[in-house]
Amino acid sequence: MTITAAELRERVAAFLATHDPATMDRMEFLRARYDAGLAWIRFPEGHGGLDAPQSLQPVVDEAFRDAGAPDNRARTNGIGLGMAAPTILAFGTEEQKRRFLRPLWTGEEIWCQLFSEPGAGSDLANVGTRAVRDGDEWVVGGQKVWTSGAHNARLAILVARTDPDVPKHAGLSYFLCDMTDPGVEVRPLRQITGEAEFNEVFLTDVRIPDAQRLGEVGEGWKIANATLNQERVSIGAGASARENGMIGTVARTWREHPELRTPELHDRLLRLWVDAEVARLSGLRLRQKLATGRPGPEGAGMKLTYARVNQQLTGLELELLGEDGLVYSDWTMVRPEVIDMTGRDAGYRYLRAKGNSIEGGTSEILRNVIAERVLGLPPEHRVDKDRPWKEVAR
Amino acid sequence: MSSDLDLLYSDVEDDLRSSVRDLLADRCDPTVVVGLYDGDRSLVDALWKPLAVDLGLTGLLVPEDQQGAGATAREAAVVLEELGRAVAPVPFLTSSVVATTLLLEADGDLLPRLATGERTAALVVPLNTAPHGPIPACSVDAAGRLTGVVSAVAGALEADELLVPARDADGTLSLHAVAAADVEVTPTVSLDMTRQLARIRLADAAGRPVLGDAEPSIRRALLAGAALLASEQLGIARWCLEETVAYLMQRHQFGRPLGGFQALKHRLADLSVGVESAAAAARYAAAAVAADDPDVPVAAALAQASCSDLAVTAAEEALQLHGGIGMTWEHPMHLYLKRAKADQIAFGTPGSHRARLAELVDLPGAGA
Ligand SMILES: Cc1cc2nc3c(=O)[nH]c(=O)nc-3n(C[C@H](O)[C@H](O)[C@H](O)COP(=O)(O)OP(=O)(O)OC[C@H]3O[C@@H](n4cnc5c(N)ncnc54)[C@H](O)[C@@H]3O)c2cc1C
Repeated sequence: MTITAAELRERVAAFLATHDPATMDRMEFLRARYDAGLAWIRFPEGHGGLDAPQSLQPVVDEAFRDAGAPDNRARTNGIGLGMAAPTILAFGTEEQKRRFLRPLWTGEEIWCQLFSEPGAGSDLANVGTRAVRDGDEWVVGGQKVWTSGAHNARLAILVARTDPDVPKHAGLSYFLCDMTDPGVEVRPLRQITGEAEFNEVFLTDVRIPDAQRLGEVGEGWKIANATLNQERVSIGAGASARENGMIGTVARTWREHPELRTPELHDRLLRLWVDAEVARLSGLRLRQKLATGRPGPEGAGMKLTYARVNQQLTGLELELLGEDGLVYSDWTMVRPEVIDMTGRDAGYRYLRAKGNSIEGGTSEILRNVIAERVLGLPPEHRVDKDRPWKEVAR
Repeated sequence: MSSDLDLLYSDVEDDLRSSVRDLLADRCDPTVVVGLYDGDRSLVDALWKPLAVDLGLTGLLVPEDQQGAGATAREAAVVLEELGRAVAPVPFLTSSVVATTLLLEADGDLLPRLATGERTAALVVPLNTAPHGPIPACSVDAAGRLTGVVSAVAGALEADELLVPARDADGTLSLHAVAAADVEVTPTVSLDMTRQLARIRLADAAGRPVLGDAEPSIRRALLAGAALLASEQLGIARWCLEETVAYLMQRHQFGRPLGGFQALKHRLADLSVGVESAAAAARYAAAAVAADDPDVPVAAALAQASCSDLAVTAAEEALQLHGGIGMTWEHPMHLYLKRAKADQIAFGTPGSHRARLAELVDLPGAGA
């Protein structure tokens, strides 16, 4: 028997009857909401959920919003909520789930993703950061790069090489890394928008307890892929209401500026409106399909479209604005707390959207994923796949 | 339509190109250019003086009897290719092309002073003003005093003389020179800080009349600007292509150079076809202006309709194919993306130039 929307509303009402958001401490309220299974309802009971269908999540969120309750500021913890949490849920031990999921959901602990390295971007399996076993701990050394939000993060999902003697995909393991370890150094990396949203992270003799290894030794590649599939779904199939996301922003600009409209821009905007709406429906459809299982490579197509539409929309917006499209709000270097793709000014949106086809797997790699893992086409010739990692020239 | 215009480069043009390129290689390093975004504009003067005085580029479009070099738009276009290639922050397009073209038809001593580089001038219209579109103008009273606000003006921060289009009570458009020091010039935080814009406010400013019925001259100057901007866009696109080819030869992933993946080879092949096509359009526009050919309006609109988008495509492709490093401040790619995007809007968007072509080549739209 799955729970209904009406039953969920009743549960929220019952919860609110004993937890007054107006008088309770914000964090106490969020922890209690988690413990009542009203956080992410698709999660299992005992871990913030009710094993309920994801499609009913908005019912719960709206009921809390209508009651003026505080939320968990999801936008400050996108990597935690979108990637770390589902991965921990799928591969973590009971103890790991208990330790990490609650403070993740409440926002007490922000997460970042220590995957990419200077030599391992598209070729993520080439990760060279080493993790060496030392009793109950792992000693980790190496360099990560493009780490979004590392400057705000308390914890990280980390992929490191535990065995250089086996082929690259087989020698990786997956860890949950404490960013406050003295061996972790985070340096800002400024981005084309002027902000330093991402960072370089240097790991020197960082100690990670074996209890914070996720999955088996050598399973890192499999788990990392599960994370990336989650990431692509959470990026590409995120929005739910019509004109949510970039299309809504650009449509607003269009409606506010009748004097700037031209037939040519109108036609382009309408095409993109159609693309965005069809993408929204595809996201809906994908989420219905996934209601039961874990995302496979299907999210890749969603993310491809999302990146293309965002980029075309933001490019169009600048052309529409003309004179106002030539200005920029502020180039000052700051280290932002949230990443707001649709926020700020049109120039920022245009520049930031360029990252959409690179972060979370480039559009080229996603096409390979679709071609090889969905369509089953033969992979490109590879010289590095079956040889021990340490013997492959880099 | 003249098929006898030379679309290649002459030896003289090649020589000019190498001296400009050498100077820029020496003094216009991207690591210095990026400082403009953090408010350090010292490069502008440091670069403009040697380009203007040592290489004499400011006088290219000015006849020899007015202290110029008596060259043509073809040479100016080659200079712009190089300036685009280096995203150089100098007022060559605004002063030595647009303002100079405008002053070719005026009396007075400003033209020779622009030619020698002693003075720099800018036309006070928003950068996105198309040669065929409405010309925003200030107002001028009977005593010749000017009033109005104009935003997004390019070249004004570098100019000592502002050339202000203004309408009198009868609606006649005339052109006036005002010393930049006498008016309020406010820098604008711009998408492209290598061509930073400014807002000009005139409140009863005393101007010197330069041209009476100025509209045809202003349009001609904007047309020359649009035609030659295409060469700057070509320079941007060439740099992006060459830089990306070089990067993908050297960058390895999956145990091989990325440039060896067919998907990327095809992308770069397409881009190189685009760049060569842009070269044809840009060269035709420059040659047409140089020859004062009747096809100039078509040539300029064609060049803008094609080269504007191509430069943006080149910069966007280049950024994408660099991966994460392309999204960083420390890599120069963003300087080109920002210049290409601003250039696309400058002198009218590609869409507006296509609409102009529709009129010029008699392909009316629905309902027309
Ligand atoms: C804004 C932003 C935020 C990011 N945040 C994070 C983060 O928080 N954590 C993290 O770990 N990483 C993060 N990344 C890194 C991102 O995942 C990598 O940049 C990406 O995987 C590409 O790797 P690379 O930069 O090394 O590019 P490369 O792998 O060097 O790729 C260069 C170009 O070659 C193409 N290419 C590569 N291989 C192939 C192929 N086989 N066939 C065809 N084309 C190919 C690529 O698509 C790309 O266009 C972020 C990146 C950006 C831009």
